[in-house]
Amino acid sequence: MSDATIDTAQRVLPAADAPASPAPGYWKSVSQRLARDPVTIAVSLVLIGILFITIGAPLVTNADPYAGSVLARLKPIGTPGHWLGTDETGRDLWTRLCYGGRLSLLAAVLPVTIALFVGGFLGILAGYSGGWINTAIMRTMDVFYAFPSILLAVAICGMLGNGLTNSILALGVVFIPPMVRVAETVTTQSRNLDFVEAARASGTTTLQIIRHHVLANVLGPILVYATSLISVSIILSAGLSFLGLGVTPPEPEWGLMLNSLRQAIYVQPYVAALPGVMIFVTSMCFNLMSDGLRSAMDVRLNK
Amino acid sequence: MSAAMKLDPRDRGGPAQPLLSVEGLKKYFPVRGGLLNRQVATVQAVDDVSFSVRKGETLGIVGESGCGKSTTARLLMRLMDPDSGSIVFDGDPVGERAGITVNEMRRQMQMVFQDSYTSLNPRMTMAESIAYAPRMHGTPRKEAFDRAETLLAQVGLNPRQYARRYPHELSGGQRQRVNIARALALEPRLVILDEAVAALDKSVEAQVLNLLGDLKSRFNLTYLFISHDLNVVEYMSDRVMVMYLGRVVETGPVEQIYRKPRHPYTRALFASKPTLDPDRRTTEMPLTGDPPNPINPPSGCRFRTRCAFAQAVCAEKPPPLAAPLDGETAEGAPHLVACHLPEAQAAMGVSAHA
Repeated sequence: MSDATIDTAQRVLPAADAPASPAPGYWKSVSQRLARDPVTIAVSLVLIGILFITIGAPLVTNADPYAGSVLARLKPIGTPGHWLGTDETGRDLWTRLCYGGRLSLLAAVLPVTIALFVGGFLGILAGYSGGWINTAIMRTMDVFYAFPSILLAVAICGMLGNGLTNSILALGVVFIPPMVRVAETVTTQSRNLDFVEAARASGTTTLQIIRHHVLANVLGPILVYATSLISVSIILSAGLSFLGLGVTPPEPEWGLMLNSLRQAIYVQPYVAALPGVMIFVTSMCFNLMSDGLRSAMDVRLNK
Repeated sequence: MSAAMKLDPRDRGGPAQPLLSVEGLKKYFPVRGGLLNRQVATVQAVDDVSFSVRKGETLGIVGESGCGKSTTARLLMRLMDPDSGSIVFDGDPVGERAGITVNEMRRQMQMVFQDSYTSLNPRMTMAESIAYAPRMHGTPRKEAFDRAETLLAQVGLNPRQYARRYPHELSGGQRQRVNIARALALEPRLVILDEAVAALDKSVEAQVLNLLGDLKSRFNLTYLFISHDLNVVEYMSDRVMVMYLGRVVETGPVEQIYRKPRHPYTRALFASKPTLDPDRRTTEMPLTGDPPNPINPPSGCRFRTRCAFAQAVCAEKPPPLAAPLDGETAEGAPHLVACHLPEAQAAMGVSAHA
């Protein structure tokens, strides 16, 4: 049959005599494609580096992040013993940045994780069941959407009182509605596709359909969205600490450090900008990673 | 029926019992709107449709778009629930306590969809898609994949080359072959082909039709072939059922319907089929206008608003599906027409200037 032999999408198969089955899993092929993307690799290396200096902070610095010295206040970058300078109370900035990343990353990743599970669940539930369940969930989310995200976070934080836990909770609540929307849209789209109908027609149960057909198609977009949310989350949680609603001094945290160094911006501009640079770099890395993830997950874009 | 058909261990009632028998199938869709989303109207998508499919035959269902062909297919697969009506599969009522469950029926009845692309999961390879349903029914992974490769070969695709590909890497014809293979993976007895070749190029369509013919004899399949293409239906079918606005207007053996259509609608439908033979000019009056809105269908006979023969009786009551009024019937598969008027049924070759 010419239909079978005329092959438009010529594709070189690995070793012609290799058994064709079982086929490689979807996630395996995604990770293979990720590993071939230079930007994703570079960005991942930077993130791993940041993770290493924050989690392994005692390994890369001997100084105490809380111990300051009035004599060593606001030293410039390159000062012996303080290679990134010191802050307004004379604490070593390199040490503060390393330890500060712990809370910053925690306060950024945890809300997104909460939103990923809660929002993803609600979105898939709303999208797959439709009807009044969908209406109830989606209209409730619309109420949250009425507030700008930073205002909502500030309001919830203000209500719960300041502190790390409350800022994480507040950001989690802020991120749930957009996550529900993304999950709901993709679920509704894939629920109505013929292959879901075909699966139903072959006697597949609802749970199996959600697991194999809906989830596989929803997980990609919401994971990509979650990764891009992390970058927003870093900025928002830094913003909350900056406003004094998140972590309280003297805890090291990038947003808080940016706030306290702000008065020194004319004295030591480079030192004062460093926490901001960390926030920017981390946020950027997560953004680029979500881009790479998206194109690796899109089967159609890749050969 | 063929000798092989008798050997099918799943055959319950013998060759004389219809494989599928549908009685009074009905599906009305609510139309919502206005304040508080109230139901303002109903679309009578499928209204009192009854038919049966015999073992080993191909029943073709033809009609314009919107006549309820695809809804009928979805109702049969229970992708949506009928409002009323019964489905009996080889003597077993489906979904009733005395009969078989919907899932048991689905193992024996499968469907091929029109859109070859959306009916395959873009994230599954061909082998995964074909092996999926058997695996969900408990076939071990290795066995299911081996069988998927056999099926790929049987639908004319080299498994070495195609098993690991994704849907976007195949042409429309190749994807439809995969869809057919997937439908066959559960070893069904009845396959519903819902416009399965409508989206394909003519040359590819012919290949897929031939493949369907081969598979039918190889696996002792029974087909329910839904199409709007009259030539394709004539080529594929043993019997034909013509639908109009959710109702059956005529049914019978393919030669009889194509040689001597009785219902004015069937004749008009065939007259709209372009002929390439200059000696066989179309003399039937063409159909004018669109089909009436199924939200508010005409009373009595639904075709009367476009029928040249319509009389008062046509508006009063819907015509029953009965033997043609001139009494000419064939033995075996009866030819049935839903029309009140003998003269409308008899009118052959009414010329356009009449």
